[in-house]
Amino acid sequence: MKAPRFSYVRAESLDQVLDLLAEHGEDARILAGGQSLMPTLNMRLSHPILLIDINRLDALAGISLDDGEVRIGALARHAELLRSPIVAEHLPLIAEAMPHVAHAAIRNRGTFGGSIALADPAAELPACAVALDASFVLASGNGLRRVAARSFFKGLFETERADEEILIEARIPALRPGYRSSFMELARRHGDFALAGVCCHARCDDGALSDASLAYFGSDDRPRLARAASEAAGGGPWSDDVKARTVEALGDDLDPIGNFHASAATRLHLAKVLTGRALDRLVAQNQG
Amino acid sequence: MDEFIDITTRINGETVTRRVEARQHLVDFLRLELGLTGSHLGCEHGVCGACTLRVDGVIVRGCLMLAAQADGAEVWTIEGVSDSGEIADLQEAFIDRNALQCGYCTPGMLLTAQEMLAQGHRMSRAEIREFLSGNYCRCTGYHAIVDAVETVMERRFGG
Repeated sequence: MKAPRFSYVRAESLDQVLDLLAEHGEDARILAGGQSLMPTLNMRLSHPILLIDINRLDALAGISLDDGEVRIGALARHAELLRSPIVAEHLPLIAEAMPHVAHAAIRNRGTFGGSIALADPAAELPACAVALDASFVLASGNGLRRVAARSFFKGLFETERADEEILIEARIPALRPGYRSSFMELARRHGDFALAGVCCHARCDDGALSDASLAYFGSDDRPRLARAASEAAGGGPWSDDVKARTVEALGDDLDPIGNFHASAATRLHLAKVLTGRALDRLVAQNQG
Repeated sequence: MDEFIDITTRINGETVTRRVEARQHLVDFLRLELGLTGSHLGCEHGVCGACTLRVDGVIVRGCLMLAAQADGAEVWTIEGVSDSGEIADLQEAFIDRNALQCGYCTPGMLLTAQEMLAQGHRMSRAEIREFLSGNYCRCTGYHAIVDAVETVMERRFGG
């Protein structure tokens, strides 16, 4: 189908974006990579009055290491994350996730900020951000505020971002010594949305996990931090027993939404299977 | 803010200046305004890959980019890369291996395959399939397409 009529502005500065957002609120949509917004327009699932194209705002681009945090600009393309030596060294969880994000042509356009701001519960990057305890920086006419990923995602495609705000960057703690990560996803076709997926981040000493963060996508209405399972994973040297308790605890953490791709019970089962495999692999890694 | 936008863009090496409707996507612009009908529309929501174009050196979904966003961009379509001879060996391999039947997906397949080949090294069949996973073909079952890409890889980078 063809998109409905709308107006379009090619923004030349962040101030211009903030002014337009303040004026138009929810009638405006920010156009970054467009890989999710454009399909909803073409299918007439959304009817904005104004699209604000931010692709020329170079200040929102780039990936850098800054005082123990990796800064990922909202406009950083998926393909940049996939190739970034900074991401590979300091955010191995995201480096491992990126090949699963869509397909080459979509990764060339799609942006990090777009994926976070959309908050699709089946997407990889929001769950990675939750596992890694990232923060997001939101800008509005009132200035900047920093929101923890763990409180940013509010529900199905719902976030803490207000209509007059724009997400400008993420700040993600760089991998600390002793910590490791592991990512696993099941999808029907490579690059499709997940039927189940897990992002694991934990300290590992002599085969025992501690300070574990397990985050799930393709399950609930938002990326979900599994607190009970994360706690259980640290209950002694990694073993079949600890694994069984971790997987069991997951039933208290997740409340999967079933649909025609997979029922709720199937999704929970798959999340459990992936958790066991992902943590086995994390413990077996030679170094963090 | 306007429902019509003036753009100047480079299409297959030629400068084009037009006034476009804000809501028009890039493939409709190419097909309807410029008569470049080699880029196909299958699903028109980013799933099938038939609309694949090369914009500023990388492949994109042509249905997920507005014509207005092509302002200042360098766009190459299947017509351009065919005429330049850049993918002549790939096209020949597709014909040799019968890597198409109806041909609807072929322009997108060729542009995607050429981006894969531009990485400059050989890949396993599994890696080729993964790279092509964003392009649907409903005729061939993909086997012959993978064969054709693999053949060109061997020829370009040594067997």
